[in-house]
Order: sequence, then C-alpha cells, then structure tokens
Amino acid sequence: MRAFARLLDSLAFTPARNTKLTLVRDYLRETPDPERGWALAALTGALSFDAAKPAFIRKAVEARVDPQLFALSYDFVGDLAETVALIWPSQPGANREPELPEVVDALRSASRAEVQRLLEGWLDALDADGRWALLKLLTGAMRVGVSARLAKQALADLGAIDVAQIEEVWHSQRPPYEDLFAWLEKRSDKPSPDAPARFRPVMLAQAIDEATDFAKYDAADYAAEWKWDGIRVQAASERGEKRLYSRTGDDIGHAFPDVMAALNFEGVIDGELLVMQDGRVDSFGDLQQRLNRKNPDAKTIAKFPAGIRAYDLLLDGTEDLRGLPFKERRKRLEAFVARHKSPRIDLSPLQPFDTWQELARLRAEPPDGDPKIAEGLMLKRWDSLYEAGRPKGPWFKWKRDPHLIDAVLMYAQRGHGKRSSFYSDYTFGVWRDDANGDRHLTPVGKAYFGFTDEELKQIDKFVRDNTVERFGPVRSVRADKDFGLVLEVAFEGLQRSTRHKSGVAMRFPRINRIRWDKPSREADELATLERLLETA
Amino acid sequence: MPNSALGRYIGSMPKSDALLCPSPAGLYCKPGDFYIDPTRPVDRAVITHGHADHARSGHGKVLATRETLAIMEARYGEDFAAATHPLAYRDSVEIDGVSVGLVPAGHVLGSAQAVVRHNGLTMTVSGDFKRRRDPTCAGFEPVKSDVFITEATFGLPVFRHPPDTDEIAKLLKSVAQFPERSHLVGAYALGKAQRVIALLREAGYDKPVYVHGALEKINALYRSFGVDLGELRPATAGKKADFAGAIVVAPPSATQDRWSRRFPDPVVCFASGWMRVRARARQGGVELPLILSDHADWDELTLTAAELRPDELWITHGEEDALLRWSELNGQKARALSLVGYDEGEGET
Repeated sequence: MRAFARLLDSLAFTPARNTKLTLVRDYLRETPDPERGWALAALTGALSFDAAKPAFIRKAVEARVDPQLFALSYDFVGDLAETVALIWPSQPGANREPELPEVVDALRSASRAEVQRLLEGWLDALDADGRWALLKLLTGAMRVGVSARLAKQALADLGAIDVAQIEEVWHSQRPPYEDLFAWLEKRSDKPSPDAPARFRPVMLAQAIDEATDFAKYDAADYAAEWKWDGIRVQAASERGEKRLYSRTGDDIGHAFPDVMAALNFEGVIDGELLVMQDGRVDSFGDLQQRLNRKNPDAKTIAKFPAGIRAYDLLLDGTEDLRGLPFKERRKRLEAFVARHKSPRIDLSPLQPFDTWQELARLRAEPPDGDPKIAEGLMLKRWDSLYEAGRPKGPWFKWKRDPHLIDAVLMYAQRGHGKRSSFYSDYTFGVWRDDANGDRHLTPVGKAYFGFTDEELKQIDKFVRDNTVERFGPVRSVRADKDFGLVLEVAFEGLQRSTRHKSGVAMRFPRINRIRWDKPSREADELATLERLLETA
Repeated sequence: MPNSALGRYIGSMPKSDALLCPSPAGLYCKPGDFYIDPTRPVDRAVITHGHADHARSGHGKVLATRETLAIMEARYGEDFAAATHPLAYRDSVEIDGVSVGLVPAGHVLGSAQAVVRHNGLTMTVSGDFKRRRDPTCAGFEPVKSDVFITEATFGLPVFRHPPDTDEIAKLLKSVAQFPERSHLVGAYALGKAQRVIALLREAGYDKPVYVHGALEKINALYRSFGVDLGELRPATAGKKADFAGAIVVAPPSATQDRWSRRFPDPVVCFASGWMRVRARARQGGVELPLILSDHADWDELTLTAAELRPDELWITHGEEDALLRWSELNGQKARALSLVGYDEGEGET
C-alpha cells in the first residue's frame, strides 16, 4: 500500500504528462505482481467497489475524534477524505499494514459489514498517505490525471514497444494483468488478442504540408472525402460481443446506447461518431451534449441522436481486411453499409477530383449541406493498407483554414511545471457596446499555446510590466481603448454558450501571432463573432 | 466559553496577569518593565528567536541568546538595537527583581523559551518550538511552570508531521528518478534551509548543494556556530545544463520567480508543515511537497502540555480554538491570548 500511496501522491501534484509517464512506468517496474496490476486497474478506473460509503467513513471517524475538533479540522482542510486521512488516530503496531492485493481481494468478496470492520483496522494500521490512498481506492475517485491512454503508454515504455501493440491486446486482458507483465518483461509470448470485438489499433493521418506535399504526390493516387467534425470511433460486433471504442481504445459504448443498438452486423467499422438526424449531421456542439453524459436519459438521446458515418471496414464477417488496399476495402464497405440499412450508420461519400487545384476549391467552398460543417478533407492513397499509427504518406488530413480574430489580452495566469515562472494562460476579449453605447472589452476565450518560447517571454514581460491587479496566480493587465496588447487568435469553430458572458465559446483557440503593431481599439468586435455563429 | 478583553479562557480567571499580560505591542512584564518578542520598538525586549516576526529592529536593550543576537545583526546590521545582552542557555538574569532565563526551544539556531520568575510564580513563554531532533539546533527542554504559554501554529489534529527521514527520502528518490531536471527546494532562509541541507547530509547526500544568494549570510552564520552543511555553491554560476540532477535551495518566493528559469525544468519543492494539506501545495504550484516543519505538530503540542501540566496553559498565534477544545476535554485550564502581529501563514514557519 505504501508504494501505491506514494505513487498517487506524486501523480496528484504532477501536471506534466511525461513526468506522470515516468512515475507510472517506474512504479510498474519496481512493484511485484499482483500489486502493480491492481494499482493499474485502480488508476484506469477498472476497479469499483460499493461496499463502503462516505457516510459510513464519517461515522467511523466521529466515533474516534471529538466532533468539535473534527469540525474545526474539516473547515480548515476542506476535503472530507483528506480530513479523515489526516485526523484518523494511528494505532501503529495494532495491526499489520495491509498490502494492496489483500485490500482489493477483501473488497471484492467481503460483505458490507465485514468490509466496515476491515476498513477500520486498515485505517488504524496505515499512515496518513496510506489512509488517503485507501479512501480514494474505496470511493473510486482517483483524480490524479491518469487516463487509460497514459497507462497504456507507460506499459509500452516499460516493455520498450509501440503503444499500438498494447492497444491490440488490452481488451483481452483482465486485472491484475499478470500475462501482460510477463510479456512486457519478455518472460512469455505476446498474449493472444483474440477476444471477440477487441479493439484494433487505429490508422491516423498526417497533416498535409501545402507548400511541399502537393508537388510530391500525384492526385490520381488519392481518394478524397470530408473530415467530419465528430469523434473518431471504431464499432465492433463479433460473435455476440458489441463494443464502441474511441480512437485510443477507450470503451465508450455505455454513453451511446442508441449506437450500440444499431450494431447488428458481424464486422468492425471505422467511422466518425456524430449527432445525425434524418441523414443530416449536426455540429460538434450538439455531439458534446452527448459526450458530457456517461448515462444519457431518453430525452437527451431523442434530442441528440447519435450515429456513425463510416470511413473504413476492418473486419467483414470473419475476414480481416486490414491487409487489403483502401480501394478494395472501400468497395467492401459500400456493400456492407448498403446491406446493413441502418438509419444510425451511413457512408462517408468520396469526393471525385482530378487535380489538387480542384480539390483546393472544394475545400475552400464546400457545397451546401453537411460539408459546410466538415473540418476539412481527408486524402487516402487508393493502395494504402490499414496500418496502426500515423505513417507518413498514405493518409493526409487537410483541415480548413482556422478562423482568425484580433483580440485584446485581459488576464494572464501562471502556468504549471516548466511554465510555472511564466504567465502563459491568456484570457482575451473583444469589443462590445453596452446599453449606453460605451465600448467595453468582453472576454471571449482563453488560450495557452500557439506561441513560440520567444513570444512567451515577450508576453510574460508585457504582463509583468502592465499588471493592474492581482488575484492569486492571475493578473489583470491594462487593456483599454488607448492601450493593450492585441493577439491574433486562431480557432476552429464557434458555439453558443450560456456559460460565457459573451455568449460564445471557441474550439481550440490558440495564439497565432502577437500584433505589436495593432492599436487595441482596432481589435475585433463581438458582432464579428456573432455573425460567424449565424453562418455556421 | 467565557470571553473577555484578555482573550477566551477555560477555567477560572488567571491571576498571573500581574506578571505577564498581553498588550498591543506583545507580551508585557509589568514588574520587570520589558516585553517578550514585541511587535513594535520598545525600550527593553526579550527575544526568543531570530525570525522576523519575533525579532524586530529598533529596540532599546535586547536580551537574547548569542546566536539570536548574531542573527539579528546579520539581518538588520550592527545598529539593530541600542544595547544587547547575550544570555547563555539555562542562565538567568534579574531585571528589576524579575528573573529571566533562556532555555532551548528546538525551533531554529539560538531559539529559546523565556522563563520568567517572580514571587514564586514561574511563567514560560515557548516562543516557537518543536520537540523532534534537529541537527542544526539545541533540543527543546521542558521547564516546570505554573503558566506555559504555547504557540499553536499547527494546532489542529490534522497536523502530524511525518518523520524527517521519510521526507528527505522522497526528495532523494525524485532526484534519482528525474536526473535531467533540477530540484528547487523552497525553504525559509533562517532555519529551514539549513535544516534541509543538514538532513540531506545525514541521509548521505554528499554532492554540492546549490544555494540562492539570500541564504548565504545565514548559512555562513550557522557554520560559524559549528553546524556542518557540507559543500555549498552559489546557484548563480554555471550554465543551465550544469544544474541537471542538482538540488538547489532557495527562499520559497524565488522558486516561482523569474530567477528559477536558469534551471532545467525544475521540480518545485517546498519544505513546510503546511504541505500536509494538499490544497495548500496545489495552490502554491508545488510539485513535490516536503512536510518539514520547525513547529510542534498537534501531537507535540498536546504531549508537551500534558507533560508539563501547568496550572494554566496560554495559547497564542495559530489555531487556538482546537487547543482550547483539547484543554477542555482534558481538564486543563487554558486561555487563548489573541496576540497580533505574528505571521502564521506565509511567513517563516
């Protein structure tokens, strides 16, 4: 338990992904089976217990600590689990410190009454960090910033292999993953990935370099289709097992019962998950209404029905198509979708073209209908096999140019980790007229990337030199019609938002350049953004 | 709980006010006409230790340990007081018929409890104190007293500082795990910084430790009093890459300042008792919290009170309510003094 507690503690304070990877990898390397496997399951949310509830924990602590002292402490600390972990009177020597595997075993098998008794004994024996880890484990709320994706990458680092190999076997493995570790430590062969409806590692596209790539490649070798603005998914249905995966192999089926019900086939489809009504797709904002909910109610499903627009076919019946060229797979996909006839699954149409110039026109002026809200175009070599990862050459994405606005820097916040001494998170605003006709800046977004290291230094200096007020890690900087720093902000799309004062929310905003040359009063107006909402 | 102008108290109203009583400038001894750790300039002051919120400049005559006087001189210059009177540990002097003695408090180098005796009444002012071993200063010595005036910085039962060796091991493990990064340890310039370095040496860390310029004077002073800190180097010389794998000790404010940019991808650490509470560490942008405090934790505070069993326990600067409640539960007469001017949050704790 001690090593697991220390790991949780370190992860909780570490913002950087690479540091988290090192922490998890080293822990997995230094910790024996089956403890590390249970820890991995706990981190990735694969463990849940319902044996002990917070109300019980609170009762147990109040039986040991004076309620007034507890109340004063809880007031100070602010978090119940942490207060309990810190205030619980240790009884060192009263009990042996429990190991993670025995805790997991007991929680999986013991009755509720037994668990409560065991829990009190464990809390007596552990130190404050151990108690905190135990309570986190029990309530299932790790919140230490480890996604399944990150855990898989750490496993790949441990075995010095590509993460696609982990993804391929992941869904056939169960905690505490002893076969998986044996393989990564070269003590045994790769575990069989032959679980029905397992995840197949996804093929991804490179961004095209307009300046050089078109000269290098022949338009006749490529097919083009729209890049739909949803999330990339893989729908698998095999021998009675049905799964819906994100592109990193996370199982998201529980959030999309309407899509799951439509998987009445034998095969594996690669496609885009979208909100679809009567054959038309809706915006990413609508999809977000579904993505935000783990267990959507019938009303939400009826209002935002989801479906898949199919790009590719990986498995047809029992036949693996990944070794066939795209041209062949595409024919099989068209037949597959036609045969299936589901309103929840349709085909992403190909866009015929002869020259790159023709395609560029199509991208710049998409025809009416769904293409208007596509993210851009995808180019796929007719002879490309379906390869895991992001190989250079077979597939390209060619996104639409981002929208640009000139906004004024209003607030800046200190970053984390490497950037903890820099003001690197920027809130920017545009002009709007109030009821009296006066112009004010209203915040429209926040961005923390897009600039170079050199630009970061320059903006940081500007923030420090022009601070008007401080609120903890945040500074407000001088921004009025006579003075202010104008930032050219690029973003992918705009949505209406009731949570933002301005009424709009940007997708992927980033700092495109600093407009040292532009007076603040000439920055954009909110009306410009509102017009953009209407055309979308 | 009764309230009065003199603070809140448990049990009968104390008679000891005639000897020491709270005043706007700090604890005042009327028969001896002196103050203990006054927060504004006075004619006669007894100073328990060198932290800025207890030791201010501009007093007339200052009574303190030789170490504390040296610290005040290093910080404020030679003219920090009109006259000084050094007193060795366990010695005492008479001030207008009142006996004043100094006894080790275990807080930082030179820190002392002030023991005030008059007409058969003994009152001990703990100043700031801790009970655990500290290689950089003399350990706390309990004094049988009628009134014990205790600090309460960490006076909540959630504060139980873990063993120092565990925290230093945490730091050393991180240094080994991230050899390409530097570890930037925020530590208060007086006491904590030297203790962190001394604990690293005890743990067998024998590489040079890099220090911020603001620590140099106090480090030299600790050495002159015989505290071994091993090889120290200024953190200013050298290229960025030279600091990969290094431990750098600096005042907490410098760890997030522009100053920190000279180090490669620093792991920001902070050595403080407040690091026990996660939200505190997160707010401060700390990546590696080190729970190392120069103050007594809850167990040390309550065990000290139980060990001394004074007729009256007076509680000052910190979380007074919880210690008052503890006293009530344990049949200890107690009183919260509500003195102002001592820095409990962001200062040198």
